[in-house]
Amino acid sequence: MSVNEKDVRKIAKLARFAIADEKVPVMVDELNGILNWIEMLGEVNVDGVEPMTSVVAKDLPMREDEINDGFIQEQIVKNAPKSSHGFFIVPKSVE
Amino acid sequence: MSDLTKLSLKAALDGMNKGDFTSLELTNAFLDKIDAQNPKLNAYTLVTHDHAREMAKASDARRAKGQVGALEGAPLGIKDLFATKGFRTAACSKILGEFKPEYESTVTSQLWRDGAIMLGKLNMDEFAMGSSNETSAFGNVINPWQIEKKLTPGGSSGGSASSVAADLCLGATATDTGGSIRQPAAFTGTVGIKPTYGRCSRWGIVAFASSLDQAGPITKNVEDCAIMLKSMCGYDAKDSTSLEANVPDFASFINKGVKGLKIGVPKEYRMDGMPEEINQLWENGIEWLKAEGAEIVNISLPHTKYALPTYYIVAPAEASSNLARYDGMRFGARVDGNDLNDTYEKTRAAGFGQEVQRRILIGTYVLSAGYYDAYYLKAQKVRARILQDFTDAFKVCDAILTPTAPSAAFPLGQKQDDPIQMYLNDVFTVTTNLAGLPGLSLPAGLSKDGLPLGLQIIGRALDEETIFSVAGTIEAAANFTAKP
Repeated sequence: MSVNEKDVRKIAKLARFAIADEKVPVMVDELNGILNWIEMLGEVNVDGVEPMTSVVAKDLPMREDEINDGFIQEQIVKNAPKSSHGFFIVPKSVE
Repeated sequence: MSDLTKLSLKAALDGMNKGDFTSLELTNAFLDKIDAQNPKLNAYTLVTHDHAREMAKASDARRAKGQVGALEGAPLGIKDLFATKGFRTAACSKILGEFKPEYESTVTSQLWRDGAIMLGKLNMDEFAMGSSNETSAFGNVINPWQIEKKLTPGGSSGGSASSVAADLCLGATATDTGGSIRQPAAFTGTVGIKPTYGRCSRWGIVAFASSLDQAGPITKNVEDCAIMLKSMCGYDAKDSTSLEANVPDFASFINKGVKGLKIGVPKEYRMDGMPEEINQLWENGIEWLKAEGAEIVNISLPHTKYALPTYYIVAPAEASSNLARYDGMRFGARVDGNDLNDTYEKTRAAGFGQEVQRRILIGTYVLSAGYYDAYYLKAQKVRARILQDFTDAFKVCDAILTPTAPSAAFPLGQKQDDPIQMYLNDVFTVTTNLAGLPGLSLPAGLSKDGLPLGLQIIGRALDEETIFSVAGTIEAAANFTAKP
């Protein structure tokens, strides 16, 4: 499988980053190089193999559903690029 | 007083225990050396002078009261991937800006619990994505070996490896997703271990590929590595994949010897075009272990060659998900756009470097509708095959010996144009990440150009003990005393 310029623009859109026009062909070449290389996995017979979803053979632990912190609004917004009165300031997202 | 920075971690702990010097004297010696040497090496991105001295004074005060932790008074460097409360944690990316966490990673909090001192934050590849430390937003790290040649210290834990090799700390934290502890250790003549997945809590470590990421130490020798690892390990309820396993005294296994142990040598790691000196190093390792009574077993890990392509599906896929959080809204740097999406796109384009963008694109593609089965699901099945290879091998051997990397340190800039050439650096290390197994690299000889070369020991899951026995034996036989 390979990608073209349209695909790269679409993937960049999905990944939410702007891609400069002149960088699109470069990314097409680089991605195709990597995709061609990983094609070799096609050689491996995986009939009947369960996909590995966890490297640790253990059940995910359960914990009590309880409130164990809070009142840390100041800490939460401390690293915000923009904040006011304990809230994040973000661009308008609903017209 | 002799140069305290040249001491091993163990020797420094012993020296403080005997009262030969204080933690403050030791810490000041390191801070002075960092101030003098770091401009040439660029290993530290932040030096926390005042904080280090305060921690050292507090440590000396604890010692005076008889409270002596396992790392009491020992000055360490911390990879920039670990959240350190109140100190910039940027994963060496522009997108995190001046992010100062309001919390401390579990691993570093355990080091401070045991009395260690933080000297500062160490340079690395951006988000740990790289094998040469050239993707950092804070510039390249220089390998202290043959410094005039401007060689890579390896990556992604390049600052950790460089600072340990140059005596700019007693030991450093590092992380390993595909080889990021072991390859830099090999390139700098230091010792590094990636423990079994789940040994060290991932809580508070900036996530790259969550099913592969593990923390571990880089140190000057095997004993130091065992001491530091013990403090870093342990169950943490805040990491759902943390293992509730007993943490042994790893150092007590170093002198156990290898008599009667079966050491596997995988034929698939003898690669075409591998430099003769790497083959020779491997042969030396085999002979040393034989001489000490180990039995060498030829083994096969048939899916080895598929490990890197598998990794370059799984790791970017997980990274593209993990890095979705960097949107410029709640923390980090924001670039304002016309609307919300435009702001996201401008923020992420400006904040992520080229290699990170490349991996996010690959990851987004392999997870996108219509391709998930062909790439991600297939890779997870091949990954199960790779784990099965190791499970089969460990039926006939107790540990596996391989080279750590296919070459010695190379000049900065040499492999930047071809991503796949760069990825091949991790060909011997990436298999253990995919299988979740522990692996240690230690220096075992010099290349014909006088650069350090490393051997890797791979163990069964949760059997770091045997790794340390093998490593102790090789360290004694190799008698690697060369310094940068």
